[in-house]
Amino acid sequence: MSEFVGTVGAVPEAGDTMLGLREMELNFGPQHPSTHGVLRIVLKVDGERIVSARPDIGYLHRGTEKLFETETYPMVIPHTDRLDYVAAATNNHAYVLVVEKLLGLEIPKRAQYIRVVLDEMQRISSHLLWLATAAIDLGAITPFFYTFREREVILDLFEDYCGARLTLNCMRVGGLEEELTPGWIERLRAFTEDLGGKIDEYEELLTENRIWKDRTIGVGILKTDRCIAWGVTGPPLRASGLAWDIRRAIPYECYPELDFEIPTGKNADTYDRYLVRIAELRQSRRILLQCCDWLTANPTGEIRGKVPRVIKPPAGEAYASVESPKGELGFYLVSNGGNRPYRLRVRPPSFINLQALPEMARGHMVSDLVAIIGTIDIVLGEVDR
Amino acid sequence: MAEDAKDAPAAPAAGEPAKPGVPAPATPAAAATPKATPAKAAAPAKAPVPAATDAASEPLVVALAAAVPGAVVSAKKMASQTTIGIAPGKLVEACRHLKDKETFTFLVDLTAVDWKERDPRFDVVYWLHSFDRGNERVRLRVGIKDEQACPTVAGVWETANWMEREVFDLFGISFEGHPDLRRILTWDGFQGHPLRKDFPVEGIDTGAAIYPDRYPEGGGPAPDDKNRKTVS
Repeated sequence: MSEFVGTVGAVPEAGDTMLGLREMELNFGPQHPSTHGVLRIVLKVDGERIVSARPDIGYLHRGTEKLFETETYPMVIPHTDRLDYVAAATNNHAYVLVVEKLLGLEIPKRAQYIRVVLDEMQRISSHLLWLATAAIDLGAITPFFYTFREREVILDLFEDYCGARLTLNCMRVGGLEEELTPGWIERLRAFTEDLGGKIDEYEELLTENRIWKDRTIGVGILKTDRCIAWGVTGPPLRASGLAWDIRRAIPYECYPELDFEIPTGKNADTYDRYLVRIAELRQSRRILLQCCDWLTANPTGEIRGKVPRVIKPPAGEAYASVESPKGELGFYLVSNGGNRPYRLRVRPPSFINLQALPEMARGHMVSDLVAIIGTIDIVLGEVDR
Repeated sequence: MAEDAKDAPAAPAAGEPAKPGVPAPATPAAAATPKATPAKAAAPAKAPVPAATDAASEPLVVALAAAVPGAVVSAKKMASQTTIGIAPGKLVEACRHLKDKETFTFLVDLTAVDWKERDPRFDVVYWLHSFDRGNERVRLRVGIKDEQACPTVAGVWETANWMEREVFDLFGISFEGHPDLRRILTWDGFQGHPLRKDFPVEGIDTGAAIYPDRYPEGGGPAPDDKNRKTVS
């Protein structure tokens, strides 16, 4: 940990410690490169061993939920891009789903398939970004160059489709704004077919890499019952052995028609979470290929359902969620019948998964904390909102 | 936000979700048609506009009412999601029952809604999930008065810890018995609770963090202080 930049303040404390040394309080972040944003963790360490880790968040709090209440329903969509800013499509999706639920809208099949395509591309790009940064945190710099090569293609496809690479703003209540551009599906198919070999390349670099295995196996274990107690969803939950995925558990859009598996791990450690995410890349690829087939066979059709000119859901409440790359991303909408949400709450998977960090980190070395922060896959824009 | 007046909340009665049709002027189309929408219209299949219906006879609601007497205040169903109104005094008991006996082991979400003029002012909302009951979900709702403490469920589901801290921070609802009730998203000396409806959207200039020599520790300018300004 030669690059460690946390400030050190010695706090002598009485009592027995593991090494018979004094415990020390250590600030990890908020400007540490491996915290992937502005996350501060107050550590109590006994030598190199973590006695307690207390995350301190809120550095990126922008009052998004307050802003939601001032915007009309369509104007909320760009704000959702900025929650988990590396997975804007799934954010858009969860939000439009909840409004559609309260309006009782059906959306056209073609729009459903295009939404799923965007979601799965987003999942791939988010997992690639995770793989790049998690590996770089542990000193493996090469996967970064490999994964960003593929992520770039996805971002180019997004740019072609909606003009933006990160903050996509690509979905609308009732469907989509834009039809696919000519030749887009063919480009996507070419990329997707190649992707299988690229994933093999990442695996060649890491899966049997001795350093990678030493740094990840047995690190940050969180078993299924503890995951559920902490509300942890997404890859960490699946890596603990529970095959639970919103796309299957509470299906939305055309997922029931698609053939894919839910990868699971069994040791619930950082290495299994890595394997699960790699397997999810392959499953997303499978889904994309099926969607490409369907969209090629059905090249035309409505992409937006019958939507009122002014969106005013009836007074009431609803919750809808999608499987975002980080876990269950949900929106809880309370409407009073007006043209703006009366209350719109985000159920942020990053925020809730981060809560399990102290339990995962306890007893590990300080350098393992870097692996554990990486393995939860947080995005601070979503943690702090 | 002067134009907010026309969207002013038609605050529903305590423990009772908003009914469509109450804010009649605001929803001409939605409120008028829930029953009239023909299921088989010529247009692409259109689901009827969701409306709240009574759910008091649902097995789960009946079982909860029998197991924890006095807990169930109301039960409504909307968009195929059930909402059970719970009496604040019976909340923890009801949650324990739902977790231990009805297998709602997973607390998906916990949040609050500010109804400003209604009494009780706040709804604290719980969204539970059961893996064993085929991914069934149920929403609990507790009416909490201003300045009234809500009992904590952090002892039932550990994940409620941060969610309750967030509600405490942003709404100012305190949770009785919470192990670590501190602000979580705003900073420790922050004044006010941003998600309350009477908190200005433009924000407040608390000043204290930037000018420690000018403002008292842990507090910003008082509401009538000329140094207090809004951003826009």
